[in-house]
Amino acid sequence: MAEITIDGLRLEVERGTTVIQAADQLGIEIPRYCYHPGLSIVGQCRICLVEIERMPKLQVACHTPATDGMVVHTNSDKVLEARRAVLEFLLVNHPLDCPVCDQAGECWLQNYYMQHGQHDSQVVVDKVKKHKAQPIGPNVMLDSERCILCTRCVRFCDEVTATHELGIFNRGDHSELAPYPGVELANNYSGNTVDICPVGALTDRDFRFKTRVWYLNETPSICPGCSTGCNIVIHHNDERTYKADGARVARLKPRYNAEVNQWWMCDTGRYGFDFVDAESRLLRPRKRLGSELEILSWRKAMQAVAMAISETVRKYGPDSVAVVLSPQMANEDLFLGRELFSNLIGLANLAFEVPKLEPEEGDALLMTADRNPNSKGGWLLGLPHHHEVSLATLLQVAREKEVRGLYICHHDLGQAVADKELEAAFSQLDFLIFQGSNSNMVSEKADYVLPSTTFAERDGTFTSHAGRVQRFCQAVAPLGDSKPDWLIFKSLAKALGHAMPYFEAEDVFAALADEEAAFAGLDYGSIGESGAQLSPGAETKTPAKTKERESFF
Amino acid sequence: MVEKIISKFFDIRDSHTIEVYEQHGGYQTIQKVLKKMKPQDVVDEVTKSNLRGLGGAGFPAGRKWSFIPKDNPKPKYLVVNADESEPGTFKDRYVMDHYTHGLLEGMMIAGYAIGANLAFIYIRGEYVRQAERLLEQIEAARNSGYLGKGIFGSKFDFDIVVHRGAGAYICGEETALLESLEGKKGWPRMKPPFPAVEGAFGCPTIVNNVETIAYVPTIMERGGEWFAGIGSEQNGGMRLFGVSGHVEKPGLYELPLGTPLREIIYEHAGGIRNGKKLKAVVPGGSSSPILTQDEIDVKMDYESLAAIGSMLGSAGVIVMDDDTDIVRALHVVMRFYHHESCGQCTPCREGTGWAENIIQRILNDEGETSDLDNLVRIAENIMGNTICPLGDAAALPLRSYVTKFRGDFEARVSKGRKEAA
Repeated sequence: MAEITIDGLRLEVERGTTVIQAADQLGIEIPRYCYHPGLSIVGQCRICLVEIERMPKLQVACHTPATDGMVVHTNSDKVLEARRAVLEFLLVNHPLDCPVCDQAGECWLQNYYMQHGQHDSQVVVDKVKKHKAQPIGPNVMLDSERCILCTRCVRFCDEVTATHELGIFNRGDHSELAPYPGVELANNYSGNTVDICPVGALTDRDFRFKTRVWYLNETPSICPGCSTGCNIVIHHNDERTYKADGARVARLKPRYNAEVNQWWMCDTGRYGFDFVDAESRLLRPRKRLGSELEILSWRKAMQAVAMAISETVRKYGPDSVAVVLSPQMANEDLFLGRELFSNLIGLANLAFEVPKLEPEEGDALLMTADRNPNSKGGWLLGLPHHHEVSLATLLQVAREKEVRGLYICHHDLGQAVADKELEAAFSQLDFLIFQGSNSNMVSEKADYVLPSTTFAERDGTFTSHAGRVQRFCQAVAPLGDSKPDWLIFKSLAKALGHAMPYFEAEDVFAALADEEAAFAGLDYGSIGESGAQLSPGAETKTPAKTKERESFF
Repeated sequence: MVEKIISKFFDIRDSHTIEVYEQHGGYQTIQKVLKKMKPQDVVDEVTKSNLRGLGGAGFPAGRKWSFIPKDNPKPKYLVVNADESEPGTFKDRYVMDHYTHGLLEGMMIAGYAIGANLAFIYIRGEYVRQAERLLEQIEAARNSGYLGKGIFGSKFDFDIVVHRGAGAYICGEETALLESLEGKKGWPRMKPPFPAVEGAFGCPTIVNNVETIAYVPTIMERGGEWFAGIGSEQNGGMRLFGVSGHVEKPGLYELPLGTPLREIIYEHAGGIRNGKKLKAVVPGGSSSPILTQDEIDVKMDYESLAAIGSMLGSAGVIVMDDDTDIVRALHVVMRFYHHESCGQCTPCREGTGWAENIIQRILNDEGETSDLDNLVRIAENIMGNTICPLGDAAALPLRSYVTKFRGDFEARVSKGRKEAA
């Protein structure tokens, strides 16, 4: 251990801690461009120069280890002058094109200039001309003139993805960031280079010029793209959606979580949010009569669906209606779905996962092959692990009229089975219900469509493959009349004559935690923004009550 | 007059060959060292000699060698810095041309002292003839059993690899040199770790200048005390002063450290060309702060020059007569550093180009008085704030030219203003 004093504040730090890390621990902000806690240390930008007593020269805080008795000043005149000087140098060849730069508002040249610079320009010479607006990959645009050569992106591609696409070419003030010849920045983590670029050199091709960042609001969430559960922030535009063709969710950004994704997220997840504001969103409950679609109120829809289910069960027994929940659904949805369909209605056939025709692949970094955010949550609630037979069996029993009513949540069965087979099965059904956020081949065929909200429009929790329960929060209002899945189940229960005492997702989770040993003791407060790791021992499943009966699956 | 050590070979025909070198006593010392001395004894002797790093930084050579960790199981390397690129400096070229085997013998002794079985000579790309000569003479030494397994019949294995640079000034900075040697872009490393702990290929490495190593055989032959007795305090022996510019007899002069600058210019180099008057002297390569005609009674050793705010550096003495346009002279210097800044860290990358542009503007008669203050400010903001010494190397001349010859700069600025009016 070493005791270091920074700006008069003392701190005990572990050996090897650098001055900038110690300052961060104390909440003292030392400006930085090249330093990033997730990358190697290069000391190139020189903005983090600090004064250390008994050292004649200023030292870079990022590379100087804290030693016992070290006394550091981060705001002395000498430091402020050096910081101002480094900023002035960085701006010598900077194009100062903030009015047309997409980074404006979240640019660390702007921020530090306001905090530490505020000098009048003495630069009257011509600036070095470099390449502008070059697409260097499917997701990233490079403006070399804005680049301050901090090399964060280069180190990210060398150290995190080990894909080595980027380098600094040429020398001196003609140095330029670029991909190696013939190479594209096309790895599945390329969007992170935009996040860590402190200036407007790397911008996001998907996001560029859609909105000014100061119009965006931020809501913590969890990426629904796979079972890793990367912590994210939804950046949403609440008032100026006309700037982005009505899209409210502007972009997703990774949110630091030491246990899950650190600072990063994959491009598949990052750019996978289009469905939230897509034209394919299901906005109203509706009923199909031949080729006619009838918009229903929720009340009428729930009555009709309740009637269809209860009539079928009454006539043909509880095996005659099958429900397929989804690992896209939150713990709260799955818990209430199980409560409603198994416990209250007593259905025997409750499925959960549906394997895709072509399985996805994961990678060694963050993305898993399971592209659902909550498979683990379902298993912990006793929902069955998939096996390929289940869907085939389901369709077979439908064809043979053993199952007469099918209630499918979210799944696009078109991704899992050939259309012909589906149609053959669906045509034999008395009713097909689809509950989900976006239309697909099931919703197109369904007799009843119940629109649910996306993850961005509601609160809830997912359980990651590593057994971490994580909260996501409502960022934007539900589109149209869509409702969270758990609330649809609650309404349906009510229409069936069962009152459920839940008003918020949080209430559902409280009941879940009461009932399920794996989640015992958790609530939204204790899960917090960084999630709660379930203990491995707590992961034993409570068998779903359906298991007592004969099931097709 | 003190006896010459290296430069006496400059006048001997074929002095670069093994035969001629041996006729003049070459390769005796290494054999004595291998037979009779322990590595530590060699380090001690060199420490005693007060031999300084003659590349420019002047760090005591023996002390540098002693930084090699004793308990590190990795191989150790010796790297000879032959990237001689400092404007005004041309000594190492002569050493390699005429004292080729003296350098190789010095490398053998140094390698033995630090426990290195492999050494590299990193030579600047423009030194084509010197690289060819080294390759040819190293091959000759290898054929004679002087390099390779068990040199001179001892148990000490030693070999030398010549690595040619590609012409970047920055690769003379020892850590950039190591990066380049490893096949990477020549960007200086952050220190610590210092090369003695983690140098070439992650192994303990000593980087020494050509001339430094070339003095080692003589030190080991005549003794550290003898060598220390030649120079001034803490500055052992002699070195090759390269005098260029407006003197009657430009050239290399091997003189004891501490020889007064006035003596070098007026006695050895024959005084100012064409009977003109002296205006300024750059005492130690283009990076060293410029001296006025009133400052040349300084002793040419590290401490004496530091005391008057300059440095001995590479001992490349550049003499300017009073016809010299000092603004243009500074422009040449800054154009060089702007061109050679590696671009890795901010102050040097941006400051050198900015400064050159301002000086160009002054030369274009578009300068302002505020430009002069900005030049000094730029220099001071670079100084001490960069990863490697290139920043200081650019900033020191910048500040010293403008402050010491402010009158010349102001005259140029006001001339521009008058013409514009």
